[in-house]
Amino acid sequence: MATKNSRAAARWMVAPSVLLLFAWMIVPLVMTLYFSFQRYNLLSPDQSGFVGFDNYYYFLTNPAFFEALTNTLTLVLGVLAITIFGGIGLALLLDQPFWGQGIVRVLVIAPFFVMPTVSALVWKNMFMNPVNGMFAHIAKAMGLQPYDFLAHSPLASIILIVAWQWLPFSTLILLTALQSLDREQQEAAEMDGASVFARFAYLTIPHLTRAVTVVVLIQTIFLLSVFAEILVTTNGGPGTASTNISYLVYAQSLLNYDVGGGSAGGIIAVILANIVAFFVMRMIGKNLDA
Amino acid sequence: MARKVTQTRKRVVTVLAWSIGFLIFFPILWTVLMSFKSEGDAIKGPIDMLMAPWTLESYGEVQHRSNYGLHFWNSVIISLGSTLLALIIAIPAAWAMAFVPGKRTKDLLMWMLSTKMMPSVGVLIPMYLMFRDFGLLDTRTGLVAVLTLINLPIVVWMLYTYFKEIPGEILEAARMDGAGLRSEILYVLTPMAVPGIASTMLLNVILAWNEAFWTLQLTTSSAAPLTQFIASYSSPEGLFYAKLSAASTMAIAPILIMGWFSQKQLVRGLTFGAVK
Amino acid sequence: MNCRVRALYSACAVAALASAVSAETITVATVNNGDMIRMQSLMGEFNAKYPDIQVEWVTLEENVLRQKVTTDIATKGGQFDVLTIGTYEVPIWGKQGWLVSLNDLPAEWDAADLLPAIAGGLTVDGNLYAAPFYGESSMVMYRKDLMEKAGLTMPDAPTWADIKAAAAGMTDKANEVYGICLRGKAGWGENMAFLTAMSNSYGARWFDENWKPQFDGAAWKATLTDYLALMNDYGPPGASNNGFNENLALFNQGKCGMWIDATVAASFVTGKESTVADKVGFALAPDNGLGKRGNWLWAWSLAIPAGSAKTDAAKTFVAWATSKEYAELVASKEGWANVPPGTRTSLYENPEYQKVPFAKMTLDSINSADPTHPTVDPVPYVGVQFVAIPEFQGIATAVGQQFSAALAGTTSLDDALAAAQELTTTEMTKAGYIK
Repeated sequence: MATKNSRAAARWMVAPSVLLLFAWMIVPLVMTLYFSFQRYNLLSPDQSGFVGFDNYYYFLTNPAFFEALTNTLTLVLGVLAITIFGGIGLALLLDQPFWGQGIVRVLVIAPFFVMPTVSALVWKNMFMNPVNGMFAHIAKAMGLQPYDFLAHSPLASIILIVAWQWLPFSTLILLTALQSLDREQQEAAEMDGASVFARFAYLTIPHLTRAVTVVVLIQTIFLLSVFAEILVTTNGGPGTASTNISYLVYAQSLLNYDVGGGSAGGIIAVILANIVAFFVMRMIGKNLDA
Repeated sequence: MARKVTQTRKRVVTVLAWSIGFLIFFPILWTVLMSFKSEGDAIKGPIDMLMAPWTLESYGEVQHRSNYGLHFWNSVIISLGSTLLALIIAIPAAWAMAFVPGKRTKDLLMWMLSTKMMPSVGVLIPMYLMFRDFGLLDTRTGLVAVLTLINLPIVVWMLYTYFKEIPGEILEAARMDGAGLRSEILYVLTPMAVPGIASTMLLNVILAWNEAFWTLQLTTSSAAPLTQFIASYSSPEGLFYAKLSAASTMAIAPILIMGWFSQKQLVRGLTFGAVK
Repeated sequence: MNCRVRALYSACAVAALASAVSAETITVATVNNGDMIRMQSLMGEFNAKYPDIQVEWVTLEENVLRQKVTTDIATKGGQFDVLTIGTYEVPIWGKQGWLVSLNDLPAEWDAADLLPAIAGGLTVDGNLYAAPFYGESSMVMYRKDLMEKAGLTMPDAPTWADIKAAAAGMTDKANEVYGICLRGKAGWGENMAFLTAMSNSYGARWFDENWKPQFDGAAWKATLTDYLALMNDYGPPGASNNGFNENLALFNQGKCGMWIDATVAASFVTGKESTVADKVGFALAPDNGLGKRGNWLWAWSLAIPAGSAKTDAAKTFVAWATSKEYAELVASKEGWANVPPGTRTSLYENPEYQKVPFAKMTLDSINSADPTHPTVDPVPYVGVQFVAIPEFQGIATAVGQQFSAALAGTTSLDDALAAAQELTTTEMTKAGYIK
């Protein structure tokens, strides 16, 4: 289908985005690499110089590093699970005819509109606070002891908050994909006697795989660098129970003002993210083709 | 063609959908309710808070203290500007990758996504230094540039996905009718991709509207968008929930309205009848 | 007549043009605390006095502000003309030469009037590098009615034993009254500010003269043991996430018997948002008889970065905002209780201000804190509830996380102390303090 002409044209059309993104990526990357080999602390600028792999060594031997790694993966997997399954369910629901579809759609998409720091603050103080929060009040009304979410299950609470924020995104993409489903095919299958579940399993799900793949890929990228919600709710604690790699880099760069260490952490984060993306692509990459 | 949908089923689905929608929307509803109470009342338990007197004092204070208008315009310009710019660059690219895929296309797509893997915090200082040297600190131009580049991979990806849904036969038919490349994109592709482009646009505007790292670090006063407006009400010494809720409501309202209007575009627009 | 009028008009026009040309705009970065917001609302008065100076405000939450300002000043970004920084940053930045000396402010500004403890914290090598906007220490705020009900009285200068007895007497968990509310949220300016100050009264120090961390000593263990006992027996649930604002909310709702925190909280707990406004008593922060009390010292101050092109306008602004006249201005508009506290001796000698219920206790608290000699044993650093070295922020936040975990019950006290000792030693070695 692609002619030689269109192939050349295609290359021209892709070129601007590629060039821009390349420049955007290379320049900060090179600068970050440069800084990662330097000793550069914003507050002691006089102490500078090449220090080889020291920054990397310190970042990797940080006792919080391993836990941050597992927390990062847990966070990503947890949120993905909730948003994919919840998203498919919601998309199916919203695709059905019912009264007030437009309004409910906006209701469901609304969490994505709120700034992450604000929603994290609201969740922390209005819902999860064990003295004044809504969950505490409900527990007390039922005669139970209020549960201290953020102290005893910090990572799970953060997963809940982040999943609430991202559910609209996956719902929206999956819903749009659902709406391009071939209704005639569905009707034909129904007339041939296929049950609701069979139709769902053999027609709907395969159609959605590409959309699900895109959702997984995009969300993974965003979720790997979640840190605003952690900063506002638990500050990475208690201890390091809810610290992830991003938060660790933040702690280095903006708490210690250690640009060298923060840059090393950033490079390590990129390497880790690439590894994760490689595996994800391996598992679901083929779904991207028609 | 539409199957008959029973009334019972419609009622059940309506109740279910509205309950779930309400649950999901509840925290936002709560924030809006808090914005109409005084500070002391806003932190009370649910029943007490609802019973407390309604007041506009938080909105009054917020209006008096901050320049909502300036921040609002900055947010609008930055979000719309970066979205439009991203679309202009991304639509041709996504077209090319969807309809003229090469061997390297998937790698290219993955590479684009990988440009987002560096935590922004790690590149703050290099970026700040660059912006300082180019005189872009506290300018809308600088912010539009950064936000375009940050979100470009997402826009390309989403458009690519939607374009892939479009059957190639329609485009071939147009080509055989003699349509050139430009008219192929403008007159055949774009109308069919409207729902996809619309949802990409909506999501990108939201991502840019809420982006709270670069918008806070690279601006001071003249280019500061609504994210800074909200950050100035966050966590001071003293009670702040009512004011923060008021500020957030004022910041979300424009997007909610925009979302309401654009969600009509998300209804199926693809006419498969044209293919058969 | 016509000629003269026309001449007058043109003269006015020229004058207007000239003053418009000479109008300067300065950018002021500040925290979003109440006193600063008040200053913003008084800009009309400032412009009446100095019409040539326009002020652009950047108001942010403390942590974000600190990051922005530090990033900008360290990279010489030049975005700000006046910064609001604290007694932590001033010694560090002053030493780096990043701030403009304020020794040449006009004589009427009366530098000698500044409270000595505060001025000491803002001076490096004889140069005053920042003008204090408001100062604070910490003290005990308690419920007089609950103390009465328990049959106890709070001395003006209690010991930690007194505090423990008071907490035990006032606690009624079934009715959601908790004897004592203290900070537990992790952060160098959150729980660590309180714990460091508390540890001073137990004779503990962060570092000895050779910069070796002291978390493995008996003094820190005693501090934390008592802190955890108080919070676990008499404190509210979820305390490990409670910072200043959360405790304020609890106290205002009547759920705390005592609250040991910043002196500025006094105006909040006796203000219109509090349900217990008329039942609050004040006492000095407690001690253990070792000579140091458990209170801290902090002053938000206005400083001018060395690279600013508008130092004259900036100095005019700084002098106005921290002057005696500014205090009188606020008093005339909003009452003496709302004047920025803790900076000038003259304020506390003013009979009008002495009528404010917490004024004397605030002054006594500030005067009893000495940043140059914060601890019982000698130390190589300055700072009462912090150590004025750049590395402190990161180290103390990590240590704060450990102690917060101990409060939440997810780590044991000994493990938390050991972890704190280890990470502090590592960081200090890395930074070159420990040879």
